[in-house]
Amino acid sequence: MGVIEDRRHYVAVHPFHAFLAAGMVPPFLGALLTDWTYANAYHIQWSNFSSWLIVGAMVLCGITLVFSIVDLVRRRAGRAMLHFLAVLATFILGFINALVHGQDAWAIMPEAPVLSLLVFLLACFAAWTAFAGRRPGGVR
Amino acid sequence: MSRLLPVPAVAAALLLAACGSEPAPPEYGANPTLGEYERGLLPSMVIANPAEWGDRQPVVPEGFEVSAIATDLGIPRQTLVLPNGDILVAEGRGGNAPSLKPKDIVAGPIKAAGTTQVASGNRLTLLRDADGDGNYELQTVFAEDLNAPYGLALINDRLYVANQDELVSFDYTVGQTRASGPSEPVTALPSEINHHWTKAMTASADGRYLYVGIGSNSNITERGMTAEKDRAVVWQIDPLTGMHREYASGLRNPTALAIEPGTGQLWAVVNERDELGPNLVPDYLTSVQEGGFYGWPYAYWGPNPDPRVMPQDEDKVAATITPDYSLGSHVASLGVDFSVTALGPDFAEGAFVGMHGSWNRSVPVGYKVVFVPFSNGRPAGDPVDFVTGFRDEERNETYGRPVGVTVDPRGAVIVADDLSNTIWRVAPSEPFNVAEAGRAGSAGMEPGEAVDAAAEPAASEDAEAPEGATDASE
Repeated sequence: MGVIEDRRHYVAVHPFHAFLAAGMVPPFLGALLTDWTYANAYHIQWSNFSSWLIVGAMVLCGITLVFSIVDLVRRRAGRAMLHFLAVLATFILGFINALVHGQDAWAIMPEAPVLSLLVFLLACFAAWTAFAGRRPGGVR
Repeated sequence: MSRLLPVPAVAAALLLAACGSEPAPPEYGANPTLGEYERGLLPSMVIANPAEWGDRQPVVPEGFEVSAIATDLGIPRQTLVLPNGDILVAEGRGGNAPSLKPKDIVAGPIKAAGTTQVASGNRLTLLRDADGDGNYELQTVFAEDLNAPYGLALINDRLYVANQDELVSFDYTVGQTRASGPSEPVTALPSEINHHWTKAMTASADGRYLYVGIGSNSNITERGMTAEKDRAVVWQIDPLTGMHREYASGLRNPTALAIEPGTGQLWAVVNERDELGPNLVPDYLTSVQEGGFYGWPYAYWGPNPDPRVMPQDEDKVAATITPDYSLGSHVASLGVDFSVTALGPDFAEGAFVGMHGSWNRSVPVGYKVVFVPFSNGRPAGDPVDFVTGFRDEERNETYGRPVGVTVDPRGAVIVADDLSNTIWRVAPSEPFNVAEAGRAGSAGMEPGEAVDAAAEPAASEDAEAPEGATDASE
């Protein structure tokens, strides 16, 4: 009885890819919270925090995007495509959000918290697609 | 969200930005049409592309000639004509505003590309034309180790210099070419952050007070309101004691001050806010009313509320004075001085205004010196181009950027150019006969006039400078 490698399931996400995909979620969440606080408190420092949190999240998101493309090229699977599209959408909307936050003072309202919420939800979905259905492979 | 919608934004070309419509020409005068609030994902930016003058020269009206009377300066901003005709030049670059947001880190170097790369002079240079032939054969350092000097004024035998952080003074006797000692402090000036660092200055007609313009610490409150204490104001300072009081407020960046000689009234050119659209908000020339509030940050051009200020202050919006004369949005007026009859009948009464030129506009404006005609001490008529040719639109090259303009009462306009680090002198090719035109000395404010500057408290002009990088924000 031979051992057959189960290639269909031998698709564990790379640890660094996993770190990036999950890691971009907290700063996007932080930007949402600081936007929300600026909207309530009018204190400009919250808006500054948002800008920098988005930059940090976008660095992680950008590298995640590279990993997702590599994944896509290597495996061409539906899940890889879904993950790639989710990360791409996060990146594009996140970039727009960064530009919106580049406006001065209250000019970022009301777009900023709305975009931050959408980007956060997209980032959650993108991270989910990095892991969902991908487990260390096995034998049968 | 509608403002977001015209999104042609190609991020790669950071020059582009998203304003839907082609900007209309700037509106001048007392009743300009205000444009729409337009701001895409990126602000409209066209940055001056510096180039050497080569064989080119600025263009001046027929009957006038232009010459470079000093070159290789350390960023000349404002000039002062002394009683004997010597010219003092304030040189330097100020501002120490830290980058607060990612935007500052990206935009800073882009805007800086449109300015000179030489080191800040932090000094005063004296120019002398001993034989009166229009050729300034002497160029020597009058004082050094100053801190981004900008505003200059002479009252009797005291020379006042507005550094970016402090008002200082020197002893001065006519004919002196070198300060007799280090500067003496008069009073500290607001300098924390110093987003708009230039300290414009002029003296009252009677020599009793100095007026100092102090720009805002942000474009539109994005550094927080606590940073705006004692900012966007004009101070009236007693030069003898250093005591000051707020003379007027809400002037976003009053970059040059001058006294209208017929009335003794204080006037200012003010740089207004950016990133509201190509035709907002007009920079302006205005008489400065004592106790007047001119809007910043709450409102612009009278009671038009700025939507970017929150919390808003309705009372302040309602109290906003409408300025006297629009110079056009984004022209970046950094110099103003009043004319004399020796400049000929076409330019006898009015104000010269130096325009550093725009960054926040897809079609650049400014980059010239204009003449605003006056009648009975008030603006009367459209501005007339006086010095142009600083920018070639077709080649997309910028050769110079005017800052301070100072009228030499003997019949010349002195223009400081902080891009090519040159002082330009524009004078009639043939002297006008001014015997019959007698405005001379009407307000005792022309330093070089026949008046005895030692006996007559002669306040002189001043200099104002560009913002950090014109608005290192502008």
